[in-house]
Amino acid sequence: MKEVNIEELNMENLNNIVRVSRVKKNFNLGKTQVHVLKGIDLEIKTGEYISIMGPSGSGKTTLFNMIGGLDKPSSGSVFIDEIDISQLDAYELAWLRCRKIGYIFQTFNIIQVMTALENVTLPMIFAGVPDDEAHEKGMELLDIVGLKDRFQHKPFELSGGQQQRVAVARSLANDPAIILADEPTGNLDLTTGDEIIKLLKLLSKEKGVTIISATHDLKMINVSDRVVWISDGKIEKIENRDELSISLGQIGDK
Amino acid sequence: MEQIIKKINIPQKQVVLPFVKSVEIAVKSIKSRFFRSLITTMSLILAISFYSYIKTNSTVISGILVSQNKIAMEKLSTQGYELPVNGGEYTTSPKERWILFLSLLVCVVGIVNTQLMAVADRFREIGTMKCLGALDRFILRLFLIEAMLQGIIGAGLGAFAGAVIALLGSFIKFGSVAIEFVNVNDIIISIVISICLGCFLSIIGVLYPALLAARMQPIEAMRGRD
Ligand SMILES: Nc1ncnc2c1ncn2[C@@H]1O[C@H](COP(=O)(O)OP(=O)(O)OP(=O)(O)O)[C@@H](O)[C@H]1O
Ligand SMILES: [Mg+2]
Repeated sequence: MKEVNIEELNMENLNNIVRVSRVKKNFNLGKTQVHVLKGIDLEIKTGEYISIMGPSGSGKTTLFNMIGGLDKPSSGSVFIDEIDISQLDAYELAWLRCRKIGYIFQTFNIIQVMTALENVTLPMIFAGVPDDEAHEKGMELLDIVGLKDRFQHKPFELSGGQQQRVAVARSLANDPAIILADEPTGNLDLTTGDEIIKLLKLLSKEKGVTIISATHDLKMINVSDRVVWISDGKIEKIENRDELSISLGQIGDK
Repeated sequence: MEQIIKKINIPQKQVVLPFVKSVEIAVKSIKSRFFRSLITTMSLILAISFYSYIKTNSTVISGILVSQNKIAMEKLSTQGYELPVNGGEYTTSPKERWILFLSLLVCVVGIVNTQLMAVADRFREIGTMKCLGALDRFILRLFLIEAMLQGIIGAGLGAFAGAVIALLGSFIKFGSVAIEFVNVNDIIISIVISICLGCFLSIIGVLYPALLAARMQPIEAMRGRD
């Protein structure tokens, strides 16, 4: 390892569980290049509850993929616990995906040939948790999202909202330090959506889990510590909770 | 919800997929895609049963030669079998071997083809597994185990069918002499070889598609692009 630069290691950095630094992402579409992220800087503290707002196509999912180590930025870097994840080898990256981060994908990505319970326990299997323990915890998580009696159902037997809840349960499997939730309440009715929001908030408050969530749900924004507004691949503004009511009011007025 | 999720004991810093679990997942995957697996296995069943048929036939003919049964040997000659002169051992003809080789080749090409399609169908699943922490080699192993199981089952069925058809056929053609003098050991050996050969072909056929799948970036795979 290189020598640590003391000046860089100030206290503020130590608190950052995620730091996104000048991240750009381009996609090559034939001859043209699409600039999807145009230089994103973002620091997220441990235990923070962040909501990311932005119109469809503004790059939220793309940013999530970068933060989660699922895709590589075209330039710039993502630090998790102040480690540049582009420096990780395949094994460390897999470990990060498996243990450190819980993903709730916008498209759920439940494995079709596995039952609800098997989907939830899969990350635990990868983490080396013994069968019976994984089973027990899987059932507990399904219970929390209200699907306990459906544990043996395959995804095609579940509604969209139920699949989403399986995805929520799966994201919690290995007690991740960070949960990346891409519209976790997009397909849920009000009550179930509220339950999920409450659960995420509880996790962030009591267990110090960092929640990063893309959403259009005002209730979600209400419980956030900060809201990041992104549009057209750039951060427009970042608001703390105390500033929030103003812009929420504006939304209400419109 | 208040008694919020119990912590479990997660072993430190490791990403694993125990062998037993891999087999379990592979079996489930075959079961829930039964029709597709059947198609993948079908060309293997046919090729291996052909192989086993030829091998068993040649064992039967060797048996008839040992028996020195005049009628049966005459029938053999009239059917165009080239019998070895003065007591040499009977072996399959070059033409038979050539046809065998071709049929096995066609079989492998068939398996590669169906497996490529099967893997493309599963990009999403593979991508999701990788997002949840699966290493490349987990994916590779899952596909290899699946191919191995398909190989054992398909080749087993094929080898058995081929041997039975060959024995029945020669019994009908030559009468009981065909069965009496058959060297049972040779038959068993040829069945075992057929099964091994089948597994081998099945794995050869899945290797390229599985490597493709295992090496994919999670996001690419998850977008279901092909
Ligand atoms: N693999 C890709 N290849 C080409 N373009 C892509 C790719 N992935 C994303 N894009 C483009 O990047 C832009 C941002 O996509 P992204 O999925 O990040 O949006 P989003 O903010 O999540 O939108 P939504 O709210 O609808 O989910 C879109 O214009 C999309 O077309
Ligand atoms: Mg999106």
